Amino acid sequence: MKTTRRDFIKISSIGLGSLAVATPVVNYITGNSNDNPLSGTGKISRHANYCEVCFWNCAGWVYKNEEGKIWKIIGNENDPHSNGRFCPRGTGGIGMYEDDDRLKKPLMRVGKPESQEYKEISWTEAFDHIAAKMKEIGQKYGNESIALFKHGSSSKHFGHLISAFGSSNQAGPAYAQCKGPREEAFTLTFGEPLHSPEPLDIRDSKCLVLIGSHLGENMHNGQVQEMSEAIDKGISIITVDPRFSTVASKSKFWLPIKPATDNALLLAWINVIINENLYDKDYIEKLSVGFDKLKEHVQQFTPEWAYGITTIEPNIIRETAREMAKAAPAVIVHPGRHATWYGDDTQRLRAIAILNALLGSWGRRGGFYMAASAKLPKFSSPAYPKPKWGWKDINPEKYPFANEGVTNLIIDGSHPDYKGVNKIKAWFVLGTNLPVSIPDTKRTIEAIQNQEFIVVIDTMPTEITGYADIVLPECTYIERYDDLRVLPHREPNIALRVPAFEPRFESKPAWWMAKEIANRLGLGDYFNYKDYSDVLDWQLKQIGSSLDEMKNLGVKKFDREFDDLYFAEGETPEFGTTSGKIELYSEELASYGFPPLPVYKPMPEPETGFYRLIYGRSPVHTFSRTTNNPRLTELQKENKLWVNPKVAKEWDFKDDQEIWLQNQDGIVSEFSIKVRITERIRWDSVYMVHGFGHKDKRLTRGFGKGISDAELITKVLIDPESGGTGMRSNFVTFVTENPGKEVVS
Amino acid sequence: MRYAMAIDTKKCVGCSDCVVACQTENNIPLGYARDWVTETINGVYPSLQLEFRSERCNHCDNTPCVRTCPTGASHVIEGGIVKVTHEKCIGCGACIQSCPYDARYSSPEGWVDKCTFCDHRLKDGQNPACVEVCPTHCMYFGDLDDSNSPVSKVMANRKWKVLAPEAGTSPQIFYLI
Repeated sequence: MKTTRRDFIKISSIGLGSLAVATPVVNYITGNSNDNPLSGTGKISRHANYCEVCFWNCAGWVYKNEEGKIWKIIGNENDPHSNGRFCPRGTGGIGMYEDDDRLKKPLMRVGKPESQEYKEISWTEAFDHIAAKMKEIGQKYGNESIALFKHGSSSKHFGHLISAFGSSNQAGPAYAQCKGPREEAFTLTFGEPLHSPEPLDIRDSKCLVLIGSHLGENMHNGQVQEMSEAIDKGISIITVDPRFSTVASKSKFWLPIKPATDNALLLAWINVIINENLYDKDYIEKLSVGFDKLKEHVQQFTPEWAYGITTIEPNIIRETAREMAKAAPAVIVHPGRHATWYGDDTQRLRAIAILNALLGSWGRRGGFYMAASAKLPKFSSPAYPKPKWGWKDINPEKYPFANEGVTNLIIDGSHPDYKGVNKIKAWFVLGTNLPVSIPDTKRTIEAIQNQEFIVVIDTMPTEITGYADIVLPECTYIERYDDLRVLPHREPNIALRVPAFEPRFESKPAWWMAKEIANRLGLGDYFNYKDYSDVLDWQLKQIGSSLDEMKNLGVKKFDREFDDLYFAEGETPEFGTTSGKIELYSEELASYGFPPLPVYKPMPEPETGFYRLIYGRSPVHTFSRTTNNPRLTELQKENKLWVNPKVAKEWDFKDDQEIWLQNQDGIVSEFSIKVRITERIRWDSVYMVHGFGHKDKRLTRGFGKGISDAELITKVLIDPESGGTGMRSNFVTFVTENPGKEVVS
Repeated sequence: MRYAMAIDTKKCVGCSDCVVACQTENNIPLGYARDWVTETINGVYPSLQLEFRSERCNHCDNTPCVRTCPTGASHVIEGGIVKVTHEKCIGCGACIQSCPYDARYSSPEGWVDKCTFCDHRLKDGQNPACVEVCPTHCMYFGDLDDSNSPVSKVMANRKWKVLAPEAGTSPQIFYLI
């Protein structure tokens, strides 16, 4: 159904703005038609939104012309996440809306469970079927046997539904495949996790230490902007990376470390900072516990010891440690974000946290600021029923420090080899393409095939939709309401998302889907509103604003409750740890049998002819979700394999030669990848951007373009503290003849 | 008045946001672009230098594209901006051949297209879309005849270079080094 603009005004003016109707046009901007590069009247409107292309959720404006055509998305100048500037993915976010490959109608699998034959069904049929299956599975195995895998803003609506149904088995790859170990290491040390965006005071920092963190390629918008500002002010950047990353090229020191040896470098840095008395004595004495044990522990980890492991020369280790101390406390040893590398990641992140503590950067200008969030009242809803068991009970022995759902634990409970009693029997999957976002694709698929029912909610026909029994087409962030964005920053702030358009095709917002399913399960009380805008308006009115005001502002900032962005001079703040102090030595870790002080553990090495597989990000893509976006595939349509010229010579490679990869377990890539011969990568490693090699032919731009690193990551070293899946101990060799693999779709 | 742009290679991360912002702002059809990003690597691991450059029409003072245009479609407007009048362009491609920066392309409609410095935005006192979007704030724009303009100020304090100076076109895109 296409609503003309006249209909659209008529409908909204009589106040029947049901979900299919976009928000009334706001913020007319006068313009001269001759100056407008779009044909049309030149009368342009803009609509508040926050970006959903990545988790940074920058707030901005969706611009359209009077004919209803989308024009551009521009950042909101009052937004502390974007400062009015979107990154390329956000600017190209309109491609998510425009993409004709989008899921268009609800789909139901017909025929055998392993078939990929679907028929289009109505929304009513889809919801009736889902509700009936949920009841059936709930009765057979308990409501707890239904799990939710989630990513993104709209996952909250299905989280609410699944919680109301009585299951707390909910997890997202943002934890165990990303920042899980980091959050737990910082909680163990400083008593709180870092959250998102991380409270890094980069703009006022004098020294930034990046360990494998490729700011600029990962385009974490606020941080990239602040780094740039700090470069103008003369910041000294130290980058540790086996790859000559973009930011390595902007660094005073680039340490081309041997991969998987970061802990040795960190321990040697701690050694130098303590032994040369470069640490913040007053701060450590007042605010921390365990310094003496730490000092004794690191005596063995001299720069000379680390040299043999990391290949970084002792004088460089000393010089860089002094560089950090010179800038202290305006120094940040960056905690990174995607932290699941080698299976000892909580230990590595503990070393990073300790290093920051020694430098006194936590709570200090130019280090880590104390973030604050806006407070919003919760929309009224009954209390959730108490589940009999949750994800921790799938294997109570594992991951004692995990504070959020662990996807791989839920997959364990879903897998045919699971011997426990708390089995997962059905999945809801929203906004995460599990075969690509979780390593060891084969195991994920085995778990999928062991499920009695799978519902996938997505905007695109990603791989995971091909494993669903029911597929629900979600509209994009440009076409829907969601919760207000409430994320921590220097100033508490909120941002609004309103639909600029009615949903294309028959796609619908997730809140509406969750509500319709809830109604059929007798859980309608949990969704006590007609339209999600009712919830937003109510919440906003409680804090002295309104939906109408926010439609004009997009972003609203609030004063901090206390003047506590940094620790005050002479203040002795209390930390959320057991001791109330910064815990250099962790009794908590010791009590579970883990090293209370960080250690270095040698990692597996590649055999001759094999190379360590390193993956990372491109500034124009977010995981696998953008690799079909018509705007962004223009800029990068495939990933390439970075190979050092020495290696290329050995293998007689030419630039852009198509090769296949085979990993240590004999897994061969589904598709070929082009070789990029470059000095930017070490000879013992190869590098590719994550998120490519789509296997679903319905993704017309992404299908078969490049390869998926996830399928080659079959050796997963799990971080025993947090459950994070270490993915960087996989090795590949090259296959130059077409292995003739049958392509699935 | 002399419009010019200075681009700080020390800050640019080569993200291509300038490219997407130009495409959406100017409604450029998919598959075409008025600006682009280059990557230059020098040295041998681990002694390396890397430079990203956001490139586009240099809005030269000495314009071979305007000289070679047989119809007068290519012309210079106030502030030194080189423009193409689409209605006058016959798509012969002489300007494309004469440009040392490869900054022009044939649009699917047949006429030749290129960067305009977003002159439709300049009239409203706004910066070109690429300058306005850049997350690293690495692009400076303004009037070189005004010593207080952002571009004049940054060039007074920094070393810079231009591309293909040997072509003698007097380009007006400056790269801060």
